[in-house]
Amino acid sequence: MQTIANNLLSANRIDKVFPGAKALDKVDFHLRRGEVHALLGENGAGKSTLVKCLTGAYRRDGGTILLDGVEVDPRDTFNAQKLGIGTVYQEVNLLPNLTVAENLFLGRQPRRLGFVDVGAMNRQARALLENYELDLDVTRALDSYSVAIQQVVAIARAVDLSGKVLILDEPTASLDAHEVEMLFRIIRRLKARGLGIVFITHFLEQVYEIADRITVLRNGQLVGTRDTATLERRDLISMMIGRELAAEIRAAREEPDVTGPVRYRFKDYGRKGHISPFDLEVKAGEVVGIAGLLGSGRTETAEILFGAHRADSGTAEVDGKPVQLSSPRRAIAHRFGFCPEDRKTAGIVGDLSVRENIVLALQARRGWTRPISRTEQNRLADHYIRALDIRTADREKPIRLLSGGNQQKAILARWLATEPEFLILDEPTRGIDVGAHAEIVRLIEGLREKGMSLLVISSEIEELVAYSTRILVLRDRQHVAALEGNRITADQIIEAIASANERGAA
Amino acid sequence: MKPKYLPLTATIVIFVLSYALCAAQYPNILSTRVIGNLLTDNAFLGIAAVGMTFVILSGGIDLSIGSVIAFTGVFLAVVLDNTAIHPLAAFAMVLLITTLFGAVMGAIIHYLEMPAFIVTLAGMFLARGMAFVLSIDSIAIKHPFYGTMKGLYYKLPGGGRITLIGGLMLLVFAIGILIAHRTRFGTDVYALGGGTTTAKLMGVPVGRTTILIYALSGLLAGLSGIVFSLYTSAGYSLAAVGVELDAITAVVIGGTLLTGGSGFVAGTFIGILIQGLIQTYITFDGSLSSWWTKILIGLLLFVFILMQKGIVYVSRSERRHA
Repeated sequence: MQTIANNLLSANRIDKVFPGAKALDKVDFHLRRGEVHALLGENGAGKSTLVKCLTGAYRRDGGTILLDGVEVDPRDTFNAQKLGIGTVYQEVNLLPNLTVAENLFLGRQPRRLGFVDVGAMNRQARALLENYELDLDVTRALDSYSVAIQQVVAIARAVDLSGKVLILDEPTASLDAHEVEMLFRIIRRLKARGLGIVFITHFLEQVYEIADRITVLRNGQLVGTRDTATLERRDLISMMIGRELAAEIRAAREEPDVTGPVRYRFKDYGRKGHISPFDLEVKAGEVVGIAGLLGSGRTETAEILFGAHRADSGTAEVDGKPVQLSSPRRAIAHRFGFCPEDRKTAGIVGDLSVRENIVLALQARRGWTRPISRTEQNRLADHYIRALDIRTADREKPIRLLSGGNQQKAILARWLATEPEFLILDEPTRGIDVGAHAEIVRLIEGLREKGMSLLVISSEIEELVAYSTRILVLRDRQHVAALEGNRITADQIIEAIASANERGAA
Repeated sequence: MKPKYLPLTATIVIFVLSYALCAAQYPNILSTRVIGNLLTDNAFLGIAAVGMTFVILSGGIDLSIGSVIAFTGVFLAVVLDNTAIHPLAAFAMVLLITTLFGAVMGAIIHYLEMPAFIVTLAGMFLARGMAFVLSIDSIAIKHPFYGTMKGLYYKLPGGGRITLIGGLMLLVFAIGILIAHRTRFGTDVYALGGGTTTAKLMGVPVGRTTILIYALSGLLAGLSGIVFSLYTSAGYSLAAVGVELDAITAVVIGGTLLTGGSGFVAGTFIGILIQGLIQTYITFDGSLSSWWTKILIGLLLFVFILMQKGIVYVSRSERRHA
């Protein structure tokens, strides 16, 4: 147990509840003075939610935050900054149209006789940036500089304003290797000055390069905090994606029988810059699981199969006949369905009713000249509300009022209503509570038994193990391994990701 | 040169070139009389355009100013015609009304999260309607003080006159430039134009700034209305129709991005001068229909919009190679 006095920032038992899901469940997080602390977890693990609770962007529902041993309650990001907690995001949160100096001093420009003293402001800006090995023309607009430099300017502003804790949320995502080096030099310098730095990323090599300690979150819960020096990469990955329950679920299930004909065959299918060419065969009644860390090319694989991005190499066949999947419309015509990852932005239309959301894709396929009659719409909606057990007062309720799990089921219903034969699900259980998880998993099982072909992407290894008949492992935008039959275990998957990863880092 | 100065430079180059062309044909156009008249004739538009510049810099729009000018004129005419109130007191009253009017629109835009276009469109109908309620007739203003003020001018060498209203416009521009570039409020206006969400995250008082911007626009529209009533010596509820569009044109020709965040108050001044110059040329020519003004302005506006796109493209590729 660490003593409180050692910690610069202590978050104790932080709770955060969103409608339908518990985003943070009694999470502890301790940051020491002069350390770089990596905060890791897959999408939806609660990293950003935790950061937003620390910076006051979200109001937490429970728990305490101590800064320098004193309890604080940041009301908003501005307030957090005043207390000493500064944040820099992946997308630089500065104003591109203002000059570098104005960005650094916005709201606190030096004044003389009531007017902004531009000369003094520019001098102070130059002096400030000297600490960051930058020699810029501070009178130029910020957007005349590269993202990396904008990033450093954002850090300089955050440190100058807050000066105790610096939170870096995916700062390296759009930087090249050289720029990352520059950023790391600056981070080390700030660390030497005694700042506590929280570093969020999904590049594990960078974590091992810069972080002193690592905290892992999964499904809104704390998995653990470890010293980087003593944490094996393999152990870290299994902390991030979990495996404890997998073996049990798998053991409890009969081995499904997939000996049917191959229905979908993709050869050398790929797109430059998105996903390297891969081969994929999917039979009727088969669930192909896609495993890999964030950024390994999982979603890219789904998008290219569905035609959301056009493949620039390879061929696709459906039932032995070659097809062109150049747009989602074409893919839908071949009875493909795709539930995207982010249901808030790419899935539900919040203000439309449950019924309207369910018939949306079917109507789109039929074209607007052939509307589905209201009776037919009601029948479809009622059928799926019953079949998928969507908890809603009635079918006319705006979908945004439903919980996350029920929204997810409504989106599934939307695609099921088009009677797809090949259904692609990207993170179907993201951000929904554990009970709803199990229902979605049962649903996938049910669809497979009816003879549908499915491709499911998930960060939850246990889940993949539970329902997949075959698992493809991705890393660095390549398909690197395929697991079948009794090789589908959490250990094998973690092994495949980790070994690939070590090779990648070497 | 920094890309942000490109549109302003282009505007100045176009102005100087067209002035030179006009002067080559009609050397008289260089006389101080013409210049004095240019300022006097465009004083009310220029003052309103300064307010519009701030609004557009912040990423908004104010469609109400033409109506506010008309309302101001009718209000002054009715008050001076029917009461013994001194014009200066009437000016203060009407400026208070128009400033509050702008502030209320700003508050609605900010607190109800409504698009500026709709809110100020409503304001446009409201102000015009209020003008009609006051009077549907064109009322002449015969107050002796008006005569005194119209008689005030600074004589330039060569016989030209900087009238009170022309001088007032120059003063408003000077103050506008100072506010835009030398105050925290000015930087906050640019910040809003760069992105409201980011500005808020960086601690810009978004609500206060928005209200102040529209209040400023209302104040200047009121001042413009006073100048217009001095210029025409009358108040008429159908006056100044479409002035807001002329003001927007001057702002855009002056090099301010319609999407906000980039531009200069000084550019708007050149924009006003270009519009005035075209008008003057047509007066000199005598045979051209005054609609040629609109045609030329339309073409110019189109060229400027294309140029802004081009500049955005150039500065992007410049950054890629940086």
